[in-house]
Amino acid sequence: MASKLNLNQELVNQARASAAKVAADVQGFIDLHTTVTVERAVCRLLGIDGVNDVEVPLPNVVVDHLVDKGVLGAGAAFYIGNAMLELHATPQEIAEKVSKGELDLTALPLHEVSEIQGAMKETAETTVARIRKNVEQRNAYLNEYGDKQGPLLYIIVATGNIYEDIVQAKAGAKQGADVIAVIRTTGQSLLDYVPYGATVEGFGGTYATQENFRLMREALDEVGREENRYIRLCNYCSGLCMPEIAAMGALERLDVMLNDALYGILFRDINMQRTLIDQYFSRVINGFAGVIINTGEDNYLTTADAVEEAHTVLASQFLNEQFALMAGLPEEQQGLGHAFEIAPDVENGFLYELAQAQMAREIFPKAPLKYMPPTKFMTGNIFRGHVQDALFNMVTVLTNQKIHLLGMMTEAIHTPFMSDRALAIENAQYIARTMKDLGDELVYKEGGIMQTRANEVLEKAAQLLKQIEEQGMFATLEAGTFADIKRPKDGGKGLAGVVAKEEAYFNPFIELMHVTKTGKEVG
Amino acid sequence: MSSGLYDLHKKDFDKTLDLTKLRPYGDTMNDGKVQLSFTLPVKDDERGEEAARQMAKAMGLEDVNVAFHNALDKEFTMYVVYGSCVHTVDYTGIQVQTVEEETMSMEEVDAYIKENIGRKIIVVGASTGTDAHTVGIDAVMNRKGFAGHYGLERYEMIEALNMGSQVPNEVFVEKAVAMHADVLLVSQTVTQKDVHIQNMTELIELLEAENLRDKFVVCCGGARITHELAKELGFDAGFGAGKFAEDVATFAVTEMVKRGVS
Repeated sequence: MASKLNLNQELVNQARASAAKVAADVQGFIDLHTTVTVERAVCRLLGIDGVNDVEVPLPNVVVDHLVDKGVLGAGAAFYIGNAMLELHATPQEIAEKVSKGELDLTALPLHEVSEIQGAMKETAETTVARIRKNVEQRNAYLNEYGDKQGPLLYIIVATGNIYEDIVQAKAGAKQGADVIAVIRTTGQSLLDYVPYGATVEGFGGTYATQENFRLMREALDEVGREENRYIRLCNYCSGLCMPEIAAMGALERLDVMLNDALYGILFRDINMQRTLIDQYFSRVINGFAGVIINTGEDNYLTTADAVEEAHTVLASQFLNEQFALMAGLPEEQQGLGHAFEIAPDVENGFLYELAQAQMAREIFPKAPLKYMPPTKFMTGNIFRGHVQDALFNMVTVLTNQKIHLLGMMTEAIHTPFMSDRALAIENAQYIARTMKDLGDELVYKEGGIMQTRANEVLEKAAQLLKQIEEQGMFATLEAGTFADIKRPKDGGKGLAGVVAKEEAYFNPFIELMHVTKTGKEVG
Repeated sequence: MSSGLYDLHKKDFDKTLDLTKLRPYGDTMNDGKVQLSFTLPVKDDERGEEAARQMAKAMGLEDVNVAFHNALDKEFTMYVVYGSCVHTVDYTGIQVQTVEEETMSMEEVDAYIKENIGRKIIVVGASTGTDAHTVGIDAVMNRKGFAGHYGLERYEMIEALNMGSQVPNEVFVEKAVAMHADVLLVSQTVTQKDVHIQNMTELIELLEAENLRDKFVVCCGGARITHELAKELGFDAGFGAGKFAEDVATFAVTEMVKRGVS
């Protein structure tokens, strides 16, 4: 693809190299630490599930037990594997015994690490095989139906009740939606556990639980058979339980996950050490499970100005790309995010949007870019809102964005009515049809507004990344560079759940799932 | 169905504006024309269309025109409907509560504080309860502000603390006391199932229980919040869509002066 923007490729390379250094630097820190949710994810992947009589999930029971004993630094796998050897029991049986207070995992005689690793190999490989089968199943569906060319239309359901969500999701899929995202209930990102079972109560969304994942997956497979299309399911792998949600999604064949390296730090005030460690394992799992991640750069523009701060979006995309590669998550699964958020009263604002979207396309050619609709300047004037969404739809078609989150004209009023969604899909399909190849026909003026804009943004992003490279990731977040939000290294939620790894530590699933480490290609 | 461009209906109603009998305006005084759209959970067929017509009639419309109908799913159909509303309202008898102070600019607010209070005032704001949205509180408080209106952090005579989102009411009040705040700002974006009402009521109850209600000027804001609702819930003022930092600041400082705060 020839560059329409005449981008300075040297600057692109320089920015990417800076981001790679930042990611490698942070990885050094990540490799020395684990967290409570990383260990709970290991428990889940070892087959521990269910809740105790006061609704505490068993993975929490086991990990809290190890925290109480002060031994989490050796990892949950070490103590569970040791107990498997001693008691000839499954991880689930062991967790139940811990839950009943019948078993102290640290009171058992300790075996050699290599022996423990050998003991749990089969259990770990069974889970990995199940996830691999999910990847094969997805690919089989995509081969059978054929995958959609052009943008994947992404809609949101958010009733709070999984059964009502299913009704809405099926209707949306029949109207033409390709990706169904089930918004989580307000506040779930700050829970340090994952709720259990099917749920029917939530505010502004529905609890992400493994059972809810399963129910929605089943419903979308069913509607997919009727429609002869594969309908992708999306949820939110963010907050205090990133790797656990990734594990649940991998087990239930989710296809897309919101999964940003920095979002929780900036927008949920989660401690930066915690999030950076958590995002790594969550992305190892997502990478292996063939899940497309969506990063959250669009959110920067809801708090910061879309014209002035465009370069922070690009800088963050570079960082997300490098953090993802570090976790073995390939470019083809990196749904890097950005948004159409320039104020409608900015002269030539559409040209800037088009330039920035084209820039992202050219800099990340393999990434299934996620493009977010206008929200900040949606006012309740639904008639203008529908026009704003139409302009947004045009940018997607002209610049070949892949995951296209449909704008709702009733944004800022209520969660979408069924009819809002239908009108949004009609709008997007109309534009995708009538302008299908317009992007191929267009070239942009040499040295014109768009080329100048894109190169300016690139230059500022490269400068910023250089500065981050010198300053380090932690200091950058402390300085408030992204989204105008400052976060202290030892502040925020979840820091207590960060633990330094001990000598004996191992996580069997990193070995088995890290795509580049294992040399196995999936997806 | 009408033919669209040319309205051949006889207009045999009184076309003088009567504010005691206000009706919607389409293109002729007192024509009562409204447009609406809704979805019915039924098949898209003649029977559904008739149901839509009857629904519109039940809402007080006559000359109903079901202009468009479209199946959203097997058992769901969307309708676009026009009609003339038979109802009227007496505009002359309407009283509404609004924040009445004439809004001052940022510079005027700073000058007003210097002159009438003589010290920096302290404002603590948050999106409280489980609400994760910061868009509202950020628009009012962040330096950069929103749509060209600078936020309170930029005001020379205001010390502003934005606690962000998902702040429990208890934590919010604790911080306000610790900072000796003068003004509390609460933002509520999520209003599904009236969760904001419950949360806002809880804050006022908490302040009253601790005997703190009179110590602060307490304001709330959000796209679905009106001044009337705010007063009803025990707040001093409420700010809906289209209000900016200077509206909030003007109210807060004049209210402080009214109360004789120094």
